[in-house]
Amino acid sequence: MSAETSLIRTLITERFGGAIEELGFSHGVHAFASPPDKIVELCRYLKEHPALRFDFLSDICGVDHHPEAPRYEAVYHLYSLPNKWRVRIKCRLGDPPRVPSVTGVWRTANWHEREAWDMYGIRFEGHPDLRRIYMWEGFEGFPQRKDFPLRGYKDELNPFGAEGTPPTQPDLATKDIP
Amino acid sequence: MTEVTELTRPQGEAIDTKEVLLNLGPQHPSTHGVLRLVLELDGEYVSRVDPHIGYLHRGTEKLAESFTYTQIFPLTDRLDYVCPPSNNLAFALAVEKLLGIEAPIRAQYIRVLMAELARISGHLLITGALPMDLGAMTALLYAMREREMIMDLLEMVSGARMHTSFCRVGGVREDLPDGFFSKIREFCDIFPNRIRDYERLLENNRVFLKRTQGIGVISAEDGIDLGLSGPNLRASGVDWDIRRDEPYEIYDRLDFKVITRDEGDCYARWQCRVEEMRESVRIIEQCLDQMPEGPFQIDMPTIAFPVDKERVHCSMEALIQHFDLSAYGFNVPKGEVYSAIEAPKGELGFYIISDGSPKPFRMKVRAPSFVNLQALFGVTNAHYLADMIAVLGSLDPVMAEVDK
Repeated sequence: MSAETSLIRTLITERFGGAIEELGFSHGVHAFASPPDKIVELCRYLKEHPALRFDFLSDICGVDHHPEAPRYEAVYHLYSLPNKWRVRIKCRLGDPPRVPSVTGVWRTANWHEREAWDMYGIRFEGHPDLRRIYMWEGFEGFPQRKDFPLRGYKDELNPFGAEGTPPTQPDLATKDIP
Repeated sequence: MTEVTELTRPQGEAIDTKEVLLNLGPQHPSTHGVLRLVLELDGEYVSRVDPHIGYLHRGTEKLAESFTYTQIFPLTDRLDYVCPPSNNLAFALAVEKLLGIEAPIRAQYIRVLMAELARISGHLLITGALPMDLGAMTALLYAMREREMIMDLLEMVSGARMHTSFCRVGGVREDLPDGFFSKIREFCDIFPNRIRDYERLLENNRVFLKRTQGIGVISAEDGIDLGLSGPNLRASGVDWDIRRDEPYEIYDRLDFKVITRDEGDCYARWQCRVEEMRESVRIIEQCLDQMPEGPFQIDMPTIAFPVDKERVHCSMEALIQHFDLSAYGFNVPKGEVYSAIEAPKGELGFYIISDGSPKPFRMKVRAPSFVNLQALFGVTNAHYLADMIAVLGSLDPVMAEVDK
């Protein structure tokens, strides 16, 4: 276990210096923290390096750490089919959350990122088709954020919802994303 | 096919052709639930597929944040409702890793037994439903007959036919009932012959072969790039099974083959599942042979109800703990875990962030069907609308799991 940890750590430090922070090894997963602007480069490096070959993207997960700051987080789980290693990359994001898309590295990232956008409002820049995936078009707010009420907001269709209105999202339209 | 909108686009000079936008679903038997596909058709060719999902979105992940860990088990049942014991197992393993505990060996055997029964049940449904989508109804009716036997077994163990909720953190809910062993051995004796029957029904069926062989070919590289897992990826020649490569529970004590095929087409995916059912029967038989006596639940009164219920009736402390556990749940140490198992559909992962309270701070389900369904984009040579139905069926998405 320690040999692979040190190999992954050495290779990442060699390439990225101090930009990628190591968060340790727990429950079979090596964890690293990356700044948002390094995420695509790091993913591509992990995928393509002949000794690492993290070729399988298991999952992308949005997290809301409300009321902590920076509030949001995108968590990537990578798996190496040849080596059978797992890596977690955590990427803390400010408000509004923006992070470059990894759809150019793995096509499977497409729906994962759409889900994180839909549920947390994390904008994946460069995503080819960043629409809501579960909620309908025109839905307001991001339901899995910690400040979104469990039963939703009260309206004519939802008499049991919480009072109030969802916070306005002037940048909700996906078209203005560069 | 609910609603047809036509877009006029003149093409060529001799004949005017137009591209048609077709809505398939959300209420259509061949979409296996409430999936809506917006198809751009060029004649009978599908030029673009845009799956719309979310019709069954129940917000499992958001709900889980307000439930205690034990209360989440019934939610996981409702992800892939064809094989709930696997979902239960995946969630229990994730929480146990956070707690740093392991279930007793007997409980692990029971869980694996249940998970393999679930795998057979899930594979049975799709090995029957794929031919039905393509017009061969008989296979499904036979498959349902055998699935009924599994339902009976699950009911015998847990009292429920579908939503078993049988796993608990640190073990299982109860021990196996009397008479279960003879009943399941009976099933194991009958079932391999029945698998042979399905094969004989379909493997020489020219219509079925024509409609599945060479259709919807996914290469190994494409499959990995698209995040396919489970039998869908193994049918493309990738030899990866979490049961063997990252063994959990007692899978390292069991002897089973990982089934792969090289063709990557619909027929290979179908064949993979049929073969996997055989292996599952072997696993179940080994579980029955090896199953040791012992407790079915960990002996930790802060986490699990006492195995010996008498203690609750006689001791004040045990009663308080029992009450506390029911009403408040148990605290899980701060930390995070990603734990994946080989569910019937592929890699089923639970990513849990705990803040030290009895409810998860964040629970993410890596649902295999969700990712597998996305592969509809990547299938390049499924040209005809009718072939797309075959591809969709062979990818085996369960919409409840896709929508979470």
